[in-house]
Order: sequence, then structure tokens, then C-alpha cells
Amino acid sequence: MTTVTETAHPAAAASSTPPPSRRKPNRFPVYLGVSMIALLWTIPSLGLLINSFRDPRAIRANGWWTVFGEVFDSATWTIQNYQEVMEGGFANAFVNSLAVTIPAVVIPITVAAFAAYAFAWMEFPGRNLIFIAVVGLLVIPLQMALIPILRIYTNVGVAGTLPGIWLAHAGFGLPLAIYLLRNYMGTLPSSLIESAKIDGADHFTIFTRLVIPLSIPVLASFAIFQFLWVWNDFLVALVFLGYNESVRVLTVELSDLAGRGEGTLSLLPAAAFVTMILPLVVFFALQRFFVRGLTAGSVKG
Amino acid sequence: MTTPPIGREEVTAAPTVPVEEGAKDNSFLAWILRILSALVVPAVLVLFFFAFEFLQRRDINKLVQIGTALVVGVLGVWVLYWGMDRLVSALPARTGAGVRPFAFAGPAMVLLGFYLVYPAVNTFILSFQNDAGDAFVGLANFQRIFTETTYLVAIRNSVGWALLVPAAAVGIGLYFATLADRLPRRSEATAKSLLFLPMAISFVGASVVWTFIYRFRPEGFGEQIGILNAIVTGFGGEAVDWLAVPLWNNLFLMVILVWLQTGFAMVILSSAIKAVPEEIVEASRIDGANEWQVFRRIVIPSISSTIVVVWTTILITTWKVFDIVYVMTGGREGTSVVAQQMVAEFFTFNNDGIGAALAVILFIAVVPILVINVKRFRAQEATR
Repeated sequence: MTTVTETAHPAAAASSTPPPSRRKPNRFPVYLGVSMIALLWTIPSLGLLINSFRDPRAIRANGWWTVFGEVFDSATWTIQNYQEVMEGGFANAFVNSLAVTIPAVVIPITVAAFAAYAFAWMEFPGRNLIFIAVVGLLVIPLQMALIPILRIYTNVGVAGTLPGIWLAHAGFGLPLAIYLLRNYMGTLPSSLIESAKIDGADHFTIFTRLVIPLSIPVLASFAIFQFLWVWNDFLVALVFLGYNESVRVLTVELSDLAGRGEGTLSLLPAAAFVTMILPLVVFFALQRFFVRGLTAGSVKG
Repeated sequence: MTTPPIGREEVTAAPTVPVEEGAKDNSFLAWILRILSALVVPAVLVLFFFAFEFLQRRDINKLVQIGTALVVGVLGVWVLYWGMDRLVSALPARTGAGVRPFAFAGPAMVLLGFYLVYPAVNTFILSFQNDAGDAFVGLANFQRIFTETTYLVAIRNSVGWALLVPAAAVGIGLYFATLADRLPRRSEATAKSLLFLPMAISFVGASVVWTFIYRFRPEGFGEQIGILNAIVTGFGGEAVDWLAVPLWNNLFLMVILVWLQTGFAMVILSSAIKAVPEEIVEASRIDGANEWQVFRRIVIPSISSTIVVVWTTILITTWKVFDIVYVMTGGREGTSVVAQQMVAEFFTFNNDGIGAALAVILFIAVVPILVINVKRFRAQEATR
């Protein structure tokens, strides 16, 4: 995000001398503070993870911390909850989430890339004004779009269908995608584009052969952001797909399970982890891009 | 790249690309072509989606559906754009040069117009209408919102969230980033990913995580399985139904969002802290400044603009929080917030007018940020 990078102090780049050690004589308080917070932040998910592998009756009977007395007792651990959860609709919801997410990531990227190229490298009337309007659209709350779009969807029969939510997510993700891609593409050296033109390349060739390959980093950042956003989204899925079983996604399935009370309590931890597994894999595999994607997307409305 | 000053480009259009940008064909026909070229791709997309919908109704295997969607999403959209480009190339060169940008940028604009601009305008209009949407009622919806307790509670809570969550997330994030900066590299990285991890979790998932923190069982209904109550009873206290304690329950819900957002604040602030020139910090230490003075007088001023950006980002997220309240309490016990109340009005009670008015309130609060964004963008462009 430009707003973030621009804050990096310019002098930082200049100081190429290796920084003198920041170590202080007594680091114990530092370790203490850091581990306290890190522990506090980890306990909730750790507890959930432990719970998800416990016997259903045990989950209902006592807290996850009681396992520390019986860690090596094989009767403590089971994957029964995961089996039950998957059979109970989460496998179906997982596929639905994939069916929603993949096109909802790919479509806006393609559409935005073409638009960003036009904004960066083509002349047309009103170009800057339209782009500024796109920047303005960045912060429009999703809530502003829900009622009118759902009314139209219901009228033409697209409510509760996959294509409807793909295009909705594409539309909501476009301002950020266009903004990021255009800013990135605009920084490519114009001599490069010009020389390609002199060699007889048309816009389409320049776009596909030159600009897209050079824009891979920013495309990856946006893809990760949009993936997380769509995968973890609850509001849009709830409104445009709802609880209809053939299309309900993981977040909707999980919220449904959470609302069923004490009876399904033992399934909740495993269910929650099923919804988290893919983002967590992405997190560990692509931590660097992940951070960049999140920070890049931080302006989204 | 040369960006002409905004608003003047039609007149001065600097011909950066001499071959194409000479005299453009601005005839009526050329404009029709431009608009058509912008519409073709979305139109074909919509057509395809109706066809796809047909497949879906036929109960075809979902994996096949995803496969088709993927192929079409990746290849189909590209082929569409390519086809449009070929069509434009078939036009006379002068007309084509004017039409091509519309074929590139047009589809995106059509989608934006349909999914953001039109609904936003429509929601504004709806907010002045009754719930059936057939008569204008002036400001009656807003009047109700600012007088009836239900809505006032939602607004009060939303303001509370907006004040406290960003402050807590930025505060803890900054504290943690400052401390972690003094650790060896490996420990720092590990500690930071632990704090950052919740960012990958959905708000619904996080709510489930925290269910097992706040869980409450009345006396005689078995052991406490919520860790908070286990601690309280372990110390001889009485178990508390945390999410039913008036006012405090809002704070307990806010903790969930702080838990989710602190990692984000920490990562960005940490990179800003690392960019503070070491010479200045060392020099002030040599001059006798203690750690707190260094932090207060050197580090904070150097990263203040980052703090502002992080703060506003979390503020926007917080202002629109919906999932956490919806899953944890459903807005009961005085915990409703504007975004969640809006969905409730719209879906549960069919109060479209009120729902739209609440959406407008959500929007109006972020208008200053919109203006700042646009201003900052124009300033950036001016210095390019």
C-alpha cells in the first residue's frame, strides 16, 4: 500500500551501515512482555485445536486444559469430531466455498488488469476523473450495496446462485484491484512500453506479453487478499446465497452450527478448524506475500 | 509516465503516443462504438452465467461446475477481451484507437456501476422511503433511528467499538512491536507470527474460538468449560455469564476484534519502527535519553503517519463489524451494532427503509476518509 510504504523514512535507505546492536544489557523484561502477549494471543486458538481432537463427551464435560493430565493416554485423542463434521455438511460446504472463492478471485483480477492497463497506458477522455472516482469507491461500505442488489437478484432469479455471488464479489473487489494494479503498472518504465510499440506491438500484445508478467508481484498480493476476503466472508454469502444447503459456504455452515446450542457444542472446534485450514495453509506457505496482500488490501471499504 | 493535470487532458492531451493520439475520431458513431465495446464483455459474462445457472439446476457434479467456472473464469474472460480487441482492430485505425480504451476499461466500469454506484445511490433513495419502498417519508427513518432506543443502543455501541478497538489494537501492537524489535531475529519472527496468525481466521471462526473462552454454565450444570469462568471459579469466585453483563458484554465482544486486528497493526508498525534511522536513536541515547524518552520523542514522531494509517484502517473495519455480534449474541443483551442491526432490519423485519438509512449512516461516517483518500491520491499524482 502506498500509504504504508511512503511512511518509511527516506533516511533508512541511506543508512547502509550495519545498524549497531539494539541489545540492552538485561533482556529478561523484554522476553517476559513478549511471551506474555504471545501466549495470550495463542491460548484461544490452541485451546480450540486441542478441543477439536478430544472425545465429544470430554469436550462437553470439562475444559481443554484438563488434557494436560492425560496427554499420553490414547483414549484422550480422537478424530471422530472431524469425521462427524465432514459428513455433517462441512465437506459439502468446503466444496461450495471453493466454488465461490476461485472464480470470485480470478474474475476481478482479469477485469481489473485490463482496466488498470487502460488507466495507466492509454489516453481517453475523463481518464483521471474516472480513476479518482474509483479511488473514492474504495471505502464505500458493502452494506450500501446489499439491499438494491438483492432486490435485482431476486427479480431476475440470480439470488442464491454461484454466478450471482461471483460477480458480486468481483464488483466489490474491483476498486481495490484497479487501484493497486494501476498504481503498480504506472510505475513500469515508459521507455519499455514505447520501444515495444515501435517494434510494432499493439496494446493487447504489450499487455499480455509485457505488463502482465511484470506485474506478477502485485497480482499475487491482490489474489491473496481477495482469496482471504472471499473465503472468510460471511455477510455477502449470507445475503446472496443464504442457508440453502446446495450453496452454503463454510462461514455460513459454521455460524449455523454455532447457533444450534449445547447439543452440537462438541462439533464446533473441529468445524471451526475445517473453515480455517486453507487460510492457515496459505498463511504458513506464503507468509511474506500474505502480509503484503493484507497490508495492500487494508484500504478496502 | 506523464499524467496531465486532472480535468485538462481533453484540451491539452499531450501526445505521448504520436502514432495513435493524433486527431481522434469523435463522431457520434465512434461514441456509440465506444459504449458498445464497454458493454459487450459484461453482457457475454451475464449470458454465460445464465447458461451456467442452467447447468447448476441440472444437478451436475459440483466439481465439474467448479472446473467449468475456472476454465471460463480464467480462459473465457481472456478470450472475451481478446475477441473484443480483434473486433476493435477491424475498425478504421482512427476510430479504433478511440474505442480500444473503452474495450479495456469499460467492462470494469460497467461492473462498478452496477455493483457499487447504482446500489449506493439507490440505498440513499430507499433511506427516504417507507419500508415497502412505495412512498417517500422524508427524514422519518432517520428520525426513528435517532430517537428509538433500539437504534440508539446500536449507534452507541458502534461508536464505542470505533473508539476502543483501534486504540487497543494499535496500542498493544505498538507495544509488542517495540519489544519484539529488541529480540534476536528468530525469536522476533516467531513471536510476530503468533500474534499475526488470527488475521487468517474469519470473524465467524474467531467468534467460535472465543465461545470457548466466554462459555458460561449456571451452577449445577456441570464443570465450566469456558476458560474465563474456570479461572474465576478456580479462585473461588462465582461463574459469570460474560455475554449477558450489561455494557461489559460489549467490551468482551470487542476483545475478539482486538485479538484479530492487533497482528495487523503490529506488523505494519514494526516495519515502520525498523525504518527509524538507528543513528538518531543512538545519538539520543548517548545524549542521555532513557528508553522511554527515545520512544516518546524519537520513535513515535517518526512513525506517526503510519500510526494514523493503521488506526483509520482498523477504524473502518471496526465500524462495519457485523459477523462477531451476529454469531456471538445476535445483538441481544444490548450488544447490537449498526451493521448488524442493518442486516436484522432488512432480513428479519423487512424494514427496508430503516435498513437503508442505517447503511447510509455507515457510509456517511466514512466520507471523511474517502475525501482524505482522494486528496492524498491527487497530491501523490501531482508529485509524480
